[in-house]
Amino acid sequence: MTTRRAASEEKWELRLYTAGQTPKSLAAIKNLKKVCEEHLAGRYEIEIVDLLKNPRLAKDDQIVAIPTLVRKLPDPVRKIIGDLSDTERALVGLQLKQLS
Amino acid sequence: MGKAETLPARAKASRGTLPKTPTGISGLDEITLGGLPKGRPTLVCGAAGCGKTLFAMEFLLRGAEQFGEPGVFMAFEETEQDLAQNVRSLGFDLDRMVADNKIYVDHIRVERNEIEETGEFDLEGLFLRLNLAIDTVGAKRVVLDTLESLFGGFTNQAILRAELRRLFRWLKDKGVTAVITGERGEGQLTRQGLEEYVSDCVILLDHRVHDQVSTRRLRIVKYRGSTHGTNEYPFLIDEDGIHVLPLTSLHLNHEVSTERVSSGVPRLDAMLGGEGYYRGSSILVSGTAGTGKTSLCAHFADATCQRGERCLYLAFEESPAQLMRNMKSIGRDLAPWIKKGLLRVEASRPTMHGIELHLASIHKAVNDFKPHAVIIDPISNLSSAGTEAEAEAMLLRLIDFLKSRQITAMFVNLTAGGNAWERTDVGVSSLIDTWILLRDIELAGERNRGIYVLKSRGMKHSNQIREFLITSEGIKLEDVYIGPEGVLTGSMRAAQEERERAAAQVRAQEMERKQRDLARRRAALEAQIAALRTEFEVVEDESKVVAEQDRAREQQITQNRSAAAIRRGSDTASANKGRRK
Repeated sequence: MTTRRAASEEKWELRLYTAGQTPKSLAAIKNLKKVCEEHLAGRYEIEIVDLLKNPRLAKDDQIVAIPTLVRKLPDPVRKIIGDLSDTERALVGLQLKQLS
Repeated sequence: MGKAETLPARAKASRGTLPKTPTGISGLDEITLGGLPKGRPTLVCGAAGCGKTLFAMEFLLRGAEQFGEPGVFMAFEETEQDLAQNVRSLGFDLDRMVADNKIYVDHIRVERNEIEETGEFDLEGLFLRLNLAIDTVGAKRVVLDTLESLFGGFTNQAILRAELRRLFRWLKDKGVTAVITGERGEGQLTRQGLEEYVSDCVILLDHRVHDQVSTRRLRIVKYRGSTHGTNEYPFLIDEDGIHVLPLTSLHLNHEVSTERVSSGVPRLDAMLGGEGYYRGSSILVSGTAGTGKTSLCAHFADATCQRGERCLYLAFEESPAQLMRNMKSIGRDLAPWIKKGLLRVEASRPTMHGIELHLASIHKAVNDFKPHAVIIDPISNLSSAGTEAEAEAMLLRLIDFLKSRQITAMFVNLTAGGNAWERTDVGVSSLIDTWILLRDIELAGERNRGIYVLKSRGMKHSNQIREFLITSEGIKLEDVYIGPEGVLTGSMRAAQEERERAAAQVRAQEMERKQRDLARRRAALEAQIAALRTEFEVVEDESKVVAEQDRAREQQITQNRSAAAIRRGSDTASANKGRRK
């Protein structure tokens, strides 16, 4: 329970990689915001990277699938792919919830 | 692909409607008649360790180096550092080529345990990276090694397959020639069935171990819109990369020469229509152990070097030093030719490596040394480096290769004692132009060597057996004795000759005696004739005397009568008296 409490105080840095304004990207942005508001209100930062504008970052950050959400903080780095429509899996991926 | 399909395809290819991208991999471009389909993806599949990555890498590096086509390597398994290290052993400096913008390497890492899938996604990231890579170096060639790692990274296979299909379409639209590698699967060419996406060209690599000797093989499973060699071609990987060994002539159209070269044994030349072998022909010398096959080769090598031509001697049984010593003992000192650079002896055990590597090393030696004649001594134990069928296929290739270069080739075949004479261990006899058989002839507790020309295409050759003598001055051929007592060789031949000499002497003496006899008889007859003549003369003399006496008596009578008449006073007497006065 201590880790859980510590986690609740942590600052979250999230980065979402998209490629243009595709329906999947828009859905991912919407879903991500919803999840963050529900679980991480007030202590999260979202950076959206459009790889169409900066494709070099795809190599640097090892992005293959789009959209990809990267949890940069807290450690360890986690990658979540997809439009986050499966909220349950998104929470598990972000380690906001244990897999039941 | 049926025959009806390949023939029009060939016509199409020759009109150049299917452009091809040369790979630069030795031998492969010959089999594919020009290379991989330009601007289309090619699937290279095979089990682990069969050389897929190397194939792909060589395609890329040779493209950049030899054909001025920059390339992109998308590595799903190995990192840039690993790759650079791997190709360094082939003499390519990947780092420098990357720095020169000839090659772009991107390592794509997909770790399932780091990834959570939460709904719809696509592989646009991969597309973007590929696009960036292609644009950065202006790539004409792309390698994806190996795409199947993606299947390990994602659970949603439906999305993955749809994306792969899109990827191949996209690559075609980009106009890049792509090589995609895939791991061999159960019952299908690749584990994930990649062949269903790549339909233009599929190449299968294989690595087999037979009798502890490994052989790599390559087969073109399909090549849409082009004719291609359909066989399994052995290939090998050495310090220069991949070498595919094509049957150098799918067609029999070597140039032929009418020039003759001496065998080094004058009487053997005489047996071969008086002039020796044809240049560029293949000669087989076969025989059981100890019949003088190597000696015959040494003579040929010597004769070749004496003409100032180069000779490559591949010895699979003896070390060069041993060969030199042994041949010196029969009057063929080969050491000076080696010093002059006209003779090169390469000795290795046939089991040292697989049969393909042998073939490749012979290719290499021939390309380096450019010999006029090649001697392989012997070919029979090459089958110990592979199966007999492989050895035969290898020899076929070798003969074709040497013929296409107008190199006179001499092969030695050791026949096992119990085998039929007219059979080679390695069934190459039909490929051979001139076949010389050495055999031992056992007679009267003696073993002698016989030689004859079993066949010799395109020349009038002797049908006779000659006795084959190895002397300290070299090989000598002697006529065997053929007479009422059969074929005799060795000391029996010598004894027979001695007997014949004795018989001739006896005959000569007999003749002399007869002549003397005749002379004597003539002399006797002549004596008889003389005696008769004397007798005749005596008789004649006697008859003369008798005639004289008769005449004298007649006269006496006449005188007596006249006297009487006178006494009687006959008138006839006075008349006679007057006449007498």
